[in-house]
Amino acid sequence: MFDFLQGYDVLGAFWTTVQLTLWSAIGSLLWGTALAAMRVSPVPVMRGFGTWYVNVVRNIPLTVIIIFTSLGLFQTLGVSLGAGTFTVINFRLAVLGLIAYTSAFVCEALRSGINTVPLGQVEAARALGLGFTQVLGLIVLPQAFRSVVGPLANVLIALTKNTTVAAAIGVPEAALLMREMIENEAQLILISAVFAAGFLVLTLPTGLFLGWVSRKAAVRR
Amino acid sequence: MEPTSGAAVSEQTFTPGTSSRALVELRHVDKHFGPLHVLRDVSLTVDRGEVVVVIGPSGGGKSTLCRAINRLEVIDSGEIAIDGRPLPAEGRELARLRADVGMVFQSFNLFAHKTVLQNVTLGQIKVRRKGRKAAEERARGLLDRVGVGTQADKYPAQLSGGQQQRVAIARALAMDPKIMLFDEPTSALDPEMINEVLEVMRQLARDGMTMVVVTHEMGFARSAANHVVFMADGRIVEETTPDEFFTAPRTDRARDFLSKILHH
Ligand SMILES: Nc1ncnc2c1ncn2[C@@H]1O[C@H](COP(=O)(O)OP(=O)(O)OP(=O)(O)O)[C@@H](O)[C@H]1O
Ligand SMILES: [Mg+2]
Repeated sequence: MFDFLQGYDVLGAFWTTVQLTLWSAIGSLLWGTALAAMRVSPVPVMRGFGTWYVNVVRNIPLTVIIIFTSLGLFQTLGVSLGAGTFTVINFRLAVLGLIAYTSAFVCEALRSGINTVPLGQVEAARALGLGFTQVLGLIVLPQAFRSVVGPLANVLIALTKNTTVAAAIGVPEAALLMREMIENEAQLILISAVFAAGFLVLTLPTGLFLGWVSRKAAVRR
Repeated sequence: MEPTSGAAVSEQTFTPGTSSRALVELRHVDKHFGPLHVLRDVSLTVDRGEVVVVIGPSGGGKSTLCRAINRLEVIDSGEIAIDGRPLPAEGRELARLRADVGMVFQSFNLFAHKTVLQNVTLGQIKVRRKGRKAAEERARGLLDRVGVGTQADKYPAQLSGGQQQRVAIARALAMDPKIMLFDEPTSALDPEMINEVLEVMRQLARDGMTMVVVTHEMGFARSAANHVVFMADGRIVEETTPDEFFTAPRTDRARDFLSKILHH
């Protein structure tokens, strides 16, 4: 029944999906945190940039961003991100695009988390003599992160599914292989089911695990 | 002691290091919140080792006064100096000055994601640059002193209000402050917990700590305060000894206020 899988590296494709997800998740967590820090910073220019970035990026379709990394960054500007082969270049460009896009959502999730931290926490920290960066890094962000594990899990699940857009620039991840198999084999429904199941295997445990973390990490007040 | 000339000069300017007794000086301080005039030409001197109790009706500007002293609230005009140095603008220098001014809030504001011990070591390690071991040793000593030594590894939410407030006092003391500010430290507490906190504060006063305390606890004011400052409508209406204030207030405003808190 599953003969149609013969000759296709389904696991390999999903491994690429996992790698896209992981690198993009790490990158967007870092950049998203930096953006959130900018959005609450006392420096108007930084706040302005953070707000501008989130509002622009959130409203552009991911496909447009991913295709721009390939056509705009690579083919026009020659940005190859230190890679030699097309496969690696496209992979890195896709990660860059996914980070640029996902970080806007990480930023917004974090910002809502920052809003749950009572002002008194900040005042107590400032009264001790901590500077802005210390207050943010030691008091506000740790509490904000704990309160947004749930929303961040949703962002991660969305990111996992969004990696399929990387197919648009030829990254050999799951969706690209699925399209190829559907063209070559006469098993449309079965092939779709296999790939759908593959994504469930990735996202369901993630959601359950992070749900558990979210309950563990919650700050009691 | 030179009597008059020195005093006349310091009316005009703050001369660092010269005024040896005054630890906090406010001169003609004004502060608005939008159209609301919350501090009106407030001048106040707190001498080293002195305990000043600030009392007055709600909305009178007591909290604002307290918070202006470590610049959690920025004033519109006038001058505030601590230990002879005018409050600097927001930045590294202000942070350093805040480290010398302990503050205890009505709502405790312990760091919710840190244990009691971490609450008391954080400032020592991150601001005073002490080593972890020395900081923990000091923290445990202070926690013992305020009577919560056995709670060191719990989180704030696991403690009673009175215990949390005593931890907050220990957290402030860990910075070796020159002065401690208390903004209604007992008014969020259940009655049976008020005394355990006041007792810690009385002990601090006996040990010679300079303190500014916003409170309506008359027992504390009578037993620990050197001065009572009565504030209403953004002004210091009366400044006198606790005995005089509670037995023979000079202004109608104060008499009116006292009759209200005495017969509630
Ligand atoms: N951040 C703020 N923005 C606007 N108005 C404020 C702010 N903080 C305080 N006020 C107002 O300023 C006035 C003085 O407030 P303050 O908190 O200093 O009074 P208080 O004497 O401490 O009163 P209470 O006994 O109720 O604590 C009040 O009318 C208050 O509503
Ligand atoms: Mg108040």
